[in-house]
Amino acid sequence: MVSRRQTQVIGLVMSIIVLVLLIWLPHHNGSTNTLRWAQVLYIGVAAMGLNLLTGYNGQVSIGHGAFFGVGAYTSALLMHNHGWSFLPTLLVAAPLCFLVGVLVGFPALRVKGLYLALVTLGLAVLFPDLTKKYVHATGGTNLVSLNRGELSPPAWVPTSVSAIGRDDQWAYYVCLGAAVVLVIAALLIVRSRFGRALIAVRDHESAAASVGINAARVKVMAFALSALYAGIAGSCSVLVTHLANAEKVQTFQLSIEFLVALVIGGTATVVGPLLGAWLVVTLQHWISDTLPQHVGSLGPLKRVLGDPAASPALFGIMLILFVFVLPDGVVGGFRRAWARFVRNRNQTPHHAPAPLAT
Amino acid sequence: MSVLLEVSELRASYGAVRVLHGLDFVVNEGEAVVILGANGAGKTTTLRALSGMVETSGHVHFDGHSIVGSRSEQISRIGIAHVPQGRGTIVDLTVAENLRIGAYRRRDREVAADIERWYDVFPKLEARADQQAGNLSGGEQQMLAIARALMSRPKLVLLDEPSLGLAPIVTQELFRTLGELNHTEGLSMLIVEQNANLALGIGSRGYVLETGSIVVSGTTDELAGDDGVRRAYLGV
Ligand SMILES: Nc1ncnc2c1ncn2[C@@H]1O[C@H](COP(=O)(O)OP(=O)(O)OP(=O)(O)O)[C@@H](O)[C@H]1O
Ligand SMILES: [Mg+2]
Repeated sequence: MVSRRQTQVIGLVMSIIVLVLLIWLPHHNGSTNTLRWAQVLYIGVAAMGLNLLTGYNGQVSIGHGAFFGVGAYTSALLMHNHGWSFLPTLLVAAPLCFLVGVLVGFPALRVKGLYLALVTLGLAVLFPDLTKKYVHATGGTNLVSLNRGELSPPAWVPTSVSAIGRDDQWAYYVCLGAAVVLVIAALLIVRSRFGRALIAVRDHESAAASVGINAARVKVMAFALSALYAGIAGSCSVLVTHLANAEKVQTFQLSIEFLVALVIGGTATVVGPLLGAWLVVTLQHWISDTLPQHVGSLGPLKRVLGDPAASPALFGIMLILFVFVLPDGVVGGFRRAWARFVRNRNQTPHHAPAPLAT
Repeated sequence: MSVLLEVSELRASYGAVRVLHGLDFVVNEGEAVVILGANGAGKTTTLRALSGMVETSGHVHFDGHSIVGSRSEQISRIGIAHVPQGRGTIVDLTVAENLRIGAYRRRDREVAADIERWYDVFPKLEARADQQAGNLSGGEQQMLAIARALMSRPKLVLLDEPSLGLAPIVTQELFRTLGELNHTEGLSMLIVEQNANLALGIGSRGYVLETGSIVVSGTTDELAGDDGVRRAYLGV
């Protein structure tokens, strides 16, 4: 028999193994790879935030690049213009993004489904203009770029011990820390009374209201929490990319990446978005860096795949294939496989009759 | 008997379309009241109007509160629970979670004990406590929706066609349970039904709704004896 309890224990053991691997990872990897893993983590955090809103609460957003941008700019500007070190900037960025989430959440109450998607898309389109108007960085552009000194880890971080103080490792461990804290927070949120309310409002809004849930408040809170996650992700991204920037294409692309990570990882599951982020970053890297190196051996396909314009198309094709094979995401597919395994195990008396006495 | 719910001149509309044209009725404390009506008569709309889910005007007094214009969650908090028509469960939550969400506004420590109590009344729910509500059969979901409504310890339960889509045996069992809750616990109910036989069996008084107006009212015995009612709802 595989009981519920055993499933939980297996889950716990697996998370600990993954965590140990993640902590160990930078020692094994060079700087480029470490930073790519950091990118997986912050995109995963933003996707987790989107999951609270879209997956658990059913409000679709394709504008989370904007909340991400608010976090990134807040941290970058505080570090660049005011000489703050990174960690304290989170204490400003996180509440600020929460507040922006509340401000966006209220008008969002009036629209649903596709219309809400459109409104949030407007957010992604508007945000770069706002930064161009109000952020005056180098050369009058909206690009804030930070130098090594501004990004260096605080003095208390040991530089000798396993080189955590190396810039890339510092960035990675900050992203990992944020991801771990926010995964645990997400677990607590979705299992709480508020988490049940999120799902109830998504599934059956009038039934939710008729048990006394204030659906409007729950929806606005979902927006705010979700924006907080995306904002922290944006802050962390500054350590990795060394800049805060907002171009229309980029803000929009980020928003889509979060959504893609969420959907292929598994909506309304806690770890799905992280797995999805890993897939998105890895696939993109593979298409744009690894594949071109091997394209020579592909013969007739070389002309097609070697063309840089092909990479977004290739990415798109892979996503379509992915959704086709795993319509409910990686986690959903895994759950189905696990359920089948448990069912088979629990039916084993069929093959080996249980002894009458033990 | 004191009046629990007093409704007068209740009107409700969807946009420009008025659906209820001024209803007057009362539910006394401890009473089970039945509203009969054909498809589209406005039964669901009546219950939705009472729980603040449609545009409403008129007077509704419940337990000392005037509730026209209040929001659903406020109405729920003062003691009206609503079991919606069709599958009113939260399909992605488990059976146990559905029951806990019924107690969303409660802060006392007896929630777990109440869950056990409704499991005793509806043993099928206990057997499937950890399964997603969406995987239950229609009848089991109806029981779950009722149990969830009762988890809020309401003073009045609004039941919207509880017999809808259920096998006759299941319906009978369900109405027997509802009748017991009404008799032994004194739980007040407003039941909307097309299955007049069963509904009149457990109710003490009833109203007949036709295109948004009450056309007949009386004790359930009077209604069962009324020629119009017999022809329209009892099929005799
Ligand atoms: N959301 C809505 N928008 C517009 N009109 C509606 C809406 N819901 C119901 N109506 C109309 O209001 C009238 C009463 O509907 P209601 O659902 O209250 O009927 P009912 O008595 O519950 O019927 P049934 O037995 O089929 O459930 C119908 O004419 C219906 O078309
Ligand atoms: Mg109806």
